[in-house]
Amino acid sequence: MRLVIRNGRVICPSSGFDNVADVLIEDGVIAAVGQNLSISGAETLDATGLVVAPGFIDIHVHLREPGFEHAETIESGSRAAAAGGFTTICCMPNTMPVNDSATVTSYIIERARRHAIVNVFPIGAITKGSKGEELAAISSMAAAGAVAISDDGRPVMNSRVMRRAMETASEVEIPVIDHCEDLHLSGDGDMHEGLDSVRLGLSGIPSAAEDVMVARDILLAELTGARYHVAHISTRHAVSMVAFAKQRGLPVTAEATPHHIALHTGLMPAYDSNYKMKPPLRSDLDLDAVVNGLVNGAIDCIATDHAPHAGDDKMQEFEKCPFGIIGLETALGTALEVLVHTGKLSLTRLIALFTSEPARVIGWKGEQARGALRLGFVGDATLLDPQRAWVYDVNKSLSKSKNSPFHQHTFQGGPVATIVGGQVVWRRDGF
Amino acid sequence: MATGLLGIENFPRPDIEQLLERARNFQPKESGSYPRLTSCAGKMIVNLFFENSTRTRSSFEIAARRLGAEMLSITASGSSVTKGESLVDTLNTLVAMRPQAIVMRHGASGAPHFLARHLTTPIVNAGDGTHEHPTQALLDARTILDNKGALEGLRVAIIGDIAHSRVARSNIFLLSKFGVDIVLCGPPSLVPRELARIAPGVRLEHDIRKAILGADVIMMLRVQLERIHEPTMDASEYFQFYGLRLEHLSLAKPDVIVLHPGPINRGREISSEVADSQRSMILNQVENGIAVRMAVLERVLLQ
Repeated sequence: MRLVIRNGRVICPSSGFDNVADVLIEDGVIAAVGQNLSISGAETLDATGLVVAPGFIDIHVHLREPGFEHAETIESGSRAAAAGGFTTICCMPNTMPVNDSATVTSYIIERARRHAIVNVFPIGAITKGSKGEELAAISSMAAAGAVAISDDGRPVMNSRVMRRAMETASEVEIPVIDHCEDLHLSGDGDMHEGLDSVRLGLSGIPSAAEDVMVARDILLAELTGARYHVAHISTRHAVSMVAFAKQRGLPVTAEATPHHIALHTGLMPAYDSNYKMKPPLRSDLDLDAVVNGLVNGAIDCIATDHAPHAGDDKMQEFEKCPFGIIGLETALGTALEVLVHTGKLSLTRLIALFTSEPARVIGWKGEQARGALRLGFVGDATLLDPQRAWVYDVNKSLSKSKNSPFHQHTFQGGPVATIVGGQVVWRRDGF
Repeated sequence: MATGLLGIENFPRPDIEQLLERARNFQPKESGSYPRLTSCAGKMIVNLFFENSTRTRSSFEIAARRLGAEMLSITASGSSVTKGESLVDTLNTLVAMRPQAIVMRHGASGAPHFLARHLTTPIVNAGDGTHEHPTQALLDARTILDNKGALEGLRVAIIGDIAHSRVARSNIFLLSKFGVDIVLCGPPSLVPRELARIAPGVRLEHDIRKAILGADVIMMLRVQLERIHEPTMDASEYFQFYGLRLEHLSLAKPDVIVLHPGPINRGREISSEVADSQRSMILNQVENGIAVRMAVLERVLLQ
């Protein structure tokens, strides 16, 4: 099976390639990249006027399966991912049951093999049931295919447990991803603590709830030698601490979500649950720090924290609504708007934040190597148009959930086609 | 969209002035009698209370009755909410009965604002969580006006649990629109620093004696223990540092008045001597509550 993508502007940040060229994908891997490749008998995709990038990778999504299939399934989530240009997604373990064993890890991989239209890699839990007490079966999950561990949403409060988890993860060479939130400090908070929370009479989540955990984890990463990754970084102090850890040569990485670089509390319509997530939208100063972190390299990649919640769950009093918003389909549009169209980042660097950088954070190797259009890498590619205007209609989302603050927003640029293993799994209407 | 009254923050000063002026007509006469109207006859109001309340609920009921309107009062314990029905579904059911207005108290901040986005019936907020309680601010303003003649240039000290007080927020927003000098005072955990920026004219003070220095009005607030889920000051220490006692009143203006939204906790935030003193307007507040709620309901029903 062969697919040739013709005449697009091929940008591969990892190899530095940036030219109008053809890309040949054969038997699921990148087989050739060059100008005017002479190939016969291959399916052809005309990418004239488009950018051809390595397949986008999102290392932080919630697919809700098993257990919460009314909100999302591996299949629907993978379709939303494809519509966002993503060819590889890593799903968090806060399912029911929690992915804390090789059995659940294998179940997810098997369901994904049958039903997902993009590559799905499970992230295992750090502790059993993500209760923060006993370690989950980290080594078995890694052997079964989990690419990282995290107790996303229910962070490990016990520092000793976290230390042991990092030691184990280090041994099996997978990163530890932490949702950094001191649960005592965040308490029953519903939004960022500041003038707006006081004004609206909502309980606040102070920035310090994130900061103290990032500080703790960096110290533990140094103690244990683990690869440590900060999920959805949102505060200026956390960004500074990650930059500091990097300066010291520690294997510390971080991701930022599209919503934390596009929105701050001041932009939140009062009591609109489509703006309620954890960590919460922070202040404009924090937003600037996160954007700068992506620009100066303190933050390594963009990840969506795609968190579907069924409509009924979000149609409640603000304080009752669950945390989280969907984000796969709007990620590229948001990132282009905030980072590229403002001149803060080159298109090439932005593509790196979606491809080679998240691939480096996880560390896929050998047959699983991805995030670049290099020979032998998995045959995934994302076609994008960096300029074309389009309006996001959440009611047409391929996700089963519709909780997005970007409904009706006009974006400049977005994905056009998504290619997984040499197959076009999604294309924009009209392409 | 129908205009109810969700809060004071975005409610324009001229509208406030109009309501306060109108409320004068509804105050009891010298003789002790009070006006009864028929202007709102045939109108139906649903009075929906998801939280316990005696004074606000009955105040709205009396106000509706004096306007000639019908009022259906529903409390959460007797409603389908306890059977697991969502707030939106409950409200949709009530709206299907075609009331002209809904008066609503709810324990969640923003609950009426959330509903107002989905319903066409005007909603009067009778207190939402720790956010706003607009009719309380109006009745407090009416009470201050009855005693001081004007709001401009006054100094008002608000003392107690500001963080959890919807009364404080609505009062701050209202008084600020009239250029009042507002001093907030209470223990640090109940008076977040951000409050200093919540509206023009607000400053914070942690010493009650400094807070009430030269005050024209002292508003005392109850510590809302039911909303505080963390360690806080014990009652005797609170009273020692933030309780209003007779000896404090000499620091304020000679004609200072003391307000309290009730229910009062004697010996916790206010001493009995102060609560029962000539300076205390607590019972006048209750009376004015009916008058301003008549003005609010009339405005909503006859718009």
